[in-house]
Amino acid sequence: MNFRFTQTAIDTESARRGLQDLGSGGYASFEGWVRDHNEGREVTGLEYEAFQELAVKEGERIVAEALRRFAVKHALCIHRVGSLGLGEMAVWVGVSSAHRGEAFDACRFIIDEVKHRLPIWKKEHYRDGDSGWVNCERCAAEPQHAHAAHPHRVAATRGEPV
Amino acid sequence: MSIDSIYGLVLAGGASTRMQRDKAALKYQGETQLDRAVEALSRYLHRVYVSVRADQTSDPTRARWPQIVDSVPGSGPIVGIRSAFAAHPNVSWFVLACDLPFFSQAFINPLIRARDAEGFATSLATAYRSAHDGLPEPLCAIWEPSAARALEDYQAAGGHCPRKFLIRHGAHLLDLPDPRALDNVNTPEEYAQAVATLDDSAPMQLKIQYYALMREQAGRSEETLQTSAATPADLYTELAARYGFTLSREQLKVAVNSEFSDWSRKLAANDAVVFIPPVAGG
Repeated sequence: MNFRFTQTAIDTESARRGLQDLGSGGYASFEGWVRDHNEGREVTGLEYEAFQELAVKEGERIVAEALRRFAVKHALCIHRVGSLGLGEMAVWVGVSSAHRGEAFDACRFIIDEVKHRLPIWKKEHYRDGDSGWVNCERCAAEPQHAHAAHPHRVAATRGEPV
Repeated sequence: MSIDSIYGLVLAGGASTRMQRDKAALKYQGETQLDRAVEALSRYLHRVYVSVRADQTSDPTRARWPQIVDSVPGSGPIVGIRSAFAAHPNVSWFVLACDLPFFSQAFINPLIRARDAEGFATSLATAYRSAHDGLPEPLCAIWEPSAARALEDYQAAGGHCPRKFLIRHGAHLLDLPDPRALDNVNTPEEYAQAVATLDDSAPMQLKIQYYALMREQAGRSEETLQTSAATPADLYTELAARYGFTLSREQLKVAVNSEFSDWSRKLAANDAVVFIPPVAGG
């Protein structure tokens, strides 16, 4: 099992331990956090909802692709669902491999594919009391925007926008 | 008039020469054409009979229904109709051929209403006007007792075609609501086509699950529904009209049975369908 959902805080320490391997000389991880703003609006919290049956299958396929493509030893992705407060961890990716280069590449590949391919939705709650499903509300108002055209930003290090 | 004075007669005495199989026993959606016809008429009429030749009375397809056995000489539908009048001279007969797979109970009441309103008083029969040639459809028609004597004379003069009979005597006609409703099936090719058409349009049960924005707009997270939608694309059109979804189909993906699917995939009964709005994981 290389992809899973959790309703509670992600236990990164035990997840990292599961990737340890004496043949691995490097380990890279990525954490996505709930940020206090998005597209100029002040965010107070998030809800993640997933079509878990399909998302788990597709998540497993993404990690399997990464293992094959970058020849890394182990990889794992964990995604939160439910209500999350500011600063909480929404997603975690960890990869171990013989050398650091493949570990970074595989980690980046997994989070990029997860954001694009998995049936997971995020509802943002705003300071002004409004709320909205990210990538859905604006699309509905402007149907000429194909959702694939929206920029998907990926944080490379702690503290950058998810 | 009350419908107690109309009996049903399903004509099942044909030779099925071109089909090379008994047309009454052909199955559509798991049921024989004869059973479909008898059951449809029985929803509106208290007494329904199957018209058979003397050598067909114990045939398993026909034996389960009340029968009227041909009692006058000759062959063809007029013999069946005349035999019905011979058995019950004072009732009117809703005559129905048993090779009309697209006939449904929806076509029964309009005919009865037209017959009660006007046809009974003015004509020997009340019939649908063919959508193809404007001529009367004699084998989905209500025949009045006054037709019995005229039919006997017509047959004695060498006539055998009920349509020509109605043209000559002038039936009360009404338009057919669905042009193909009385298309009959005579060959194995036509049968195969009719089976496919009926299967395509048969309502089936699907399970729909809704997530995120779709869930909020549908006001539910799942439902089981009967639909004639053949593909996920058709289903989305139907549900978007019902729930007012704001997303266009081009913005969505779709999953069937927990795998991504093409929008044009042919849906099967009990498929589970999920519409996937733009995603935002991570």
